[in-house]
Amino acid sequence: MGHLLDTTLAFFTPQSGGSPQANHIDSLFKIELYIGLVIFVAVEGALVYALIRFRARKHSVPAQIRGNTRLEVGWTVGAALILVALAVITFVKLDSIQNPPNSGPEGSSLVSDDLANSEYASVERKLPPNGKSLEIHVIGRQYIWQFVYPGSSEPDGLGAPYSYEELVVPTNTTITLDVQSSDVVHSWWVPELGGKVAAVPGYSNYTWLKISKPGIFRGQCSILCGRGHARMIATVRAVPPATFEAWLAGRKQQLSEANRAAQVAREKLSKQTGAGQVENP
Amino acid sequence: MATYVAPVPQVTTHRAAPEQRGWTSWITTTDHKRIGIMYMVTTFVFFILGGVEALMIRLQLGAPNNTLVTPTVYNQLFTMHGTTMIFLFVVPMMAGLANYFVPLMIGARDMAFPRLNALSYWLLLAGGIVFYSSLFWNPPESGWVSFLPLANSNFSPSGGEDAWIYLIHLTGLSSLLGAINLYATIANMRARGMSWGRLPLFVWAILTYSVLLIFALPVIAAGVTMLLTERHFGTHFFDPTEGGSVLLWEHLFWFFGHPEVYIMVLPGFGIISEILPVFARKPIFGYKAIAASTVAIAFLGFLTWAHHLFTFPLPEALLVFVMLSSFFIAVPTGVKVLNWVATLWRGSIEYRTPILFAASAISIFTIGGISGVFLATFPIDWQVNETYFVVAHLHFVLLGGSVLPIFAAIYYWFPKITGRMLSEGLGRLSCALIFVGILVTFLIQHVIGLDGMPRRVYEYSPVGHLQLYNDISTVGAFILAAGVLVTIVNVVKSLRTGPVAGPDPWKANTLEWFTPSPPPVNNFDVVPLVRSAEPMKDIRREVERRSTGVPGSGATVPAGARQVGV
Repeated sequence: MGHLLDTTLAFFTPQSGGSPQANHIDSLFKIELYIGLVIFVAVEGALVYALIRFRARKHSVPAQIRGNTRLEVGWTVGAALILVALAVITFVKLDSIQNPPNSGPEGSSLVSDDLANSEYASVERKLPPNGKSLEIHVIGRQYIWQFVYPGSSEPDGLGAPYSYEELVVPTNTTITLDVQSSDVVHSWWVPELGGKVAAVPGYSNYTWLKISKPGIFRGQCSILCGRGHARMIATVRAVPPATFEAWLAGRKQQLSEANRAAQVAREKLSKQTGAGQVENP
Repeated sequence: MATYVAPVPQVTTHRAAPEQRGWTSWITTTDHKRIGIMYMVTTFVFFILGGVEALMIRLQLGAPNNTLVTPTVYNQLFTMHGTTMIFLFVVPMMAGLANYFVPLMIGARDMAFPRLNALSYWLLLAGGIVFYSSLFWNPPESGWVSFLPLANSNFSPSGGEDAWIYLIHLTGLSSLLGAINLYATIANMRARGMSWGRLPLFVWAILTYSVLLIFALPVIAAGVTMLLTERHFGTHFFDPTEGGSVLLWEHLFWFFGHPEVYIMVLPGFGIISEILPVFARKPIFGYKAIAASTVAIAFLGFLTWAHHLFTFPLPEALLVFVMLSSFFIAVPTGVKVLNWVATLWRGSIEYRTPILFAASAISIFTIGGISGVFLATFPIDWQVNETYFVVAHLHFVLLGGSVLPIFAAIYYWFPKITGRMLSEGLGRLSCALIFVGILVTFLIQHVIGLDGMPRRVYEYSPVGHLQLYNDISTVGAFILAAGVLVTIVNVVKSLRTGPVAGPDPWKANTLEWFTPSPPPVNNFDVVPLVRSAEPMKDIRREVERRSTGVPGSGATVPAGARQVGV
């Protein structure tokens, strides 16, 4: 019975389960759903009842009523009160949706409270109470997402490891995403993890994740960004912190090796002399 | 052989100029009734075009990873569909109905500026032709909201975007001139005795529609002009790499875009408020509340635009303010719905097609209103916006608030415009098909959005039950289309063979029913003195009083009075 209720509810509620933001949004949605259902039944019920009960019949006399001030004031105030209640409930839940919790003790040690300000116009970045999070830049372009890990750059600020298509993150860690775009407006959305965030060129937009168990979460770009919009998928792969750190170090290694290889190739190219010599760097 | 002949209030027209004939008279007409008819026919043609575009969209989504149309064509389809339905159907159709009926309802002989009225129509037609001629080159593909930077010359080099810009300018100018005309007409040309408190509710709705247009259109006109210079003359208003801002476009567009939706639904609400009292045979419940809430919605509508931008980087104070203003606007809207239900309550409801459509409209709109509360709650909006949840919401509110009322208006006012009745049987069939079609197409779309499918995607993977849900929605679209087709058949058939309507087939309340069907060029020989918000009831009572109907009493019976059937 409980399972049936759950499946039915899942039909009518957004996806969740990956990160607390999605879970809290889901529970706020459920509260509004129950209130909405009551209003739906009441209003549609009254409409249908009136249409059936007060059909024109032989000898039916319509009551020539023009209004009822008390009733009208009553239902105006009543509607306003329901909406005030919804607003209050929303504000109560807002904190848990917007503000990330602290990173877990089993989470990655790469969290830091030393976050550079965005070079773009931005709104306030929401940080956990102790200020420490793992910052990842999510950069949208037609039609792929790039992920940059600025916390692991070299001391000179360059060499931040990056990847495409799949956002690899450690579990039990508070992650702050700085969502940006390099061309048109995109929207980063992985439903099971949380709300969607518009990637607007010239702006930084923020959201947060904290995934408790390893897994793969799928989403896609949610604002029309061109002809390939439907193919701009977004994937988040959550792995244990040790795996993550190893992957990140390996990624950094791969990138610096590629940079060195490019350096060698550039030298070779610069030493090329004369036409007719085509060397494959 | 004394038979009782019930007196029928009639106007005999002696001073009308002879009706002009020939197709050239339509091109040069400044008669508000002919212009109204041209508006209604033209916009209905665009409705069909927009509907075909919608059916093609639903066919493409009928199977996952479908290749019925290319991604480019798909993007063009939904751009054309949205733009057509809003700028070439709903808004100008309301103008057409207003053009025909506002002067009649207030007891005027024409609009305040008849030639400007004609210009409005021809600008609309020009806009539609310019927009649809892009089909011969490249239609626009950046959505009806023309997202930037996507719509600039970098990412959308084809001329389709420019066709869209010129559509906005031409139809915008058409609407703006029409709005000024309607406002001047209503403010200055009301019959003697028609104070503001006796204005028909449809006229109140059109008054607010006009004010909204006057305030909102200049903003979009500025925005699309800036887009034009951005695309072709090297300006950088929206280019962040050159000091501009993408958010500037978003704010400019939606500052117009949100009042635009109230421009679309408020006249629809006015139509419902006219039709319910006639067929429930009792006055509208809470006339003052409905008029006041119309004005309140119009005003508040200017304070809520940023709820389309909840996922964008906006300051928290703005998010909170707009959530509260969006909640607040639900109050006058809900009040209207409750007043309508109360109008039906303890009435004596005659199930004729106009009220069937009006009741369907209330039912459908209520569903859209409830889903709107979810969207107004910004943390929830972060999950459901830009998905099929919002597509479902917008179709419920627009179909319920605008399209179904338009069909109700067609069935209600066709007798007045043409002098013939539409078939009740076909009307009920059409209403049933459209109502069921809307539910089947759009209810399931809430679930599609909650399951994670974004909007404006030309394909999707068969994850979960998405294919089943999309198929249900596609089937529903064809049921809806069938319903529309039945009304078209009804109109074409009844134009020739429908029963003669007479001046007042519904025993209605407002002054347009005091003229013959169709009205002569000058509308009224003598404009009656208005004594209440329901002038026709007063006229009928007066005629009844003056002619007691007792056979042989010598009481006068107006010429052409009908025999009453049993």
